[in-house]
Amino acid sequence: MQADVHAATAAHAHQFEDAAQQREAVTLGMWAFLVTEILFFGGLFTAYTLYRWSFPAAFALSSHHLDVVLGGVNTVVLICSSLTMAMAVHAAQIGRRRGLVAFLLLTLLLGGAFLGIKAVEYHHKYTEHLIPGHSFRMAPEALPAGVDPASDAIIAGGVPSVNPGVAADLQRHAQIFFSLYFAMTGMHALHMIVGLGLLTWLLLAARGGRFTREYNSPVEIVGLYWHFVDIVWIFLFPLLYLIGRHA
Amino acid sequence: MKSEHPSPSHNLISEHIVPPRVYFAIFASLMVLTAATVAAAFMDLGPFNLAVALVIATIKATLVVLYFMHVRYNPKLVWLAIALAVSWLGVLVVVTMSDYLSRTWLPFPGK
Repeated sequence: MQADVHAATAAHAHQFEDAAQQREAVTLGMWAFLVTEILFFGGLFTAYTLYRWSFPAAFALSSHHLDVVLGGVNTVVLICSSLTMAMAVHAAQIGRRRGLVAFLLLTLLLGGAFLGIKAVEYHHKYTEHLIPGHSFRMAPEALPAGVDPASDAIIAGGVPSVNPGVAADLQRHAQIFFSLYFAMTGMHALHMIVGLGLLTWLLLAARGGRFTREYNSPVEIVGLYWHFVDIVWIFLFPLLYLIGRHA
Repeated sequence: MKSEHPSPSHNLISEHIVPPRVYFAIFASLMVLTAATVAAAFMDLGPFNLAVALVIATIKATLVVLYFMHVRYNPKLVWLAIALAVSWLGVLVVVTMSDYLSRTWLPFPGK
């Protein structure tokens, strides 16, 4: 135990009383950053709430053009990557270097798989003319039962927008859905790319024996970041892919 | 380091090592809840489809935060930071929506 205390003393920076105080500062600091991230994504979720409330029919219809299977597989991939990340943190805490390297590599591969599937989905949206803009054209599809396009007339400000041209309105409002889809999943994917960079750095440092039982804060806080990105997807999946699926 | 080590530092944030079986249990729960959210989406629950989706997503997020992110074993200061984030998020959504939802309540001339 005495040796442990000595190693811990060497593992914290001089401005901290001890390793435990440093760990608290590190964890709280990372959470302070994650609070800003929650509010950053919160702005997108607020916009989503407003427009889904304003245009429920267009949102239900647009959601049917997303691929539930690919979205579901990606949800599973991301949860698996959170497990491997948690196991990487565990390996670092008990000082297993090879385990740490293996779990970081697995997390990296699963993160890459997620982005690969996302790229396939984006490509489908491109070929189906579902990128908002001049060539946007959502293929006509039977309205889900119980969905009345006229209900979308309840636009903020009370200006009725239907008649004439319910179809044109649906196309316009569907573009709002897809704008939010690309903004939200795009920002999420950007966070994944940053995460893959951080994992690569951790992997190289771990191979070099940088992390020990006493000093593994970088692994811990990259883990916090990775799990946060997982949580964002946990909300994105049902909110984007699963609207009005029962119809 | 064992938590019973008599050092004052351990009042702060003693490193809590979560056993892997806890991680596997949480992982299994997340998988079951993912299946549940997909299954519920294909059932007609009327106005409750959205509510069920949000409740399941919130449960999943809570499990990730408490166990994968170790917050269950963290000091109250971390809990406070998270509670503040959730409150501010609530303010953001509620104040914005209270504006938009109430815009049609009063008749203004010339609208």
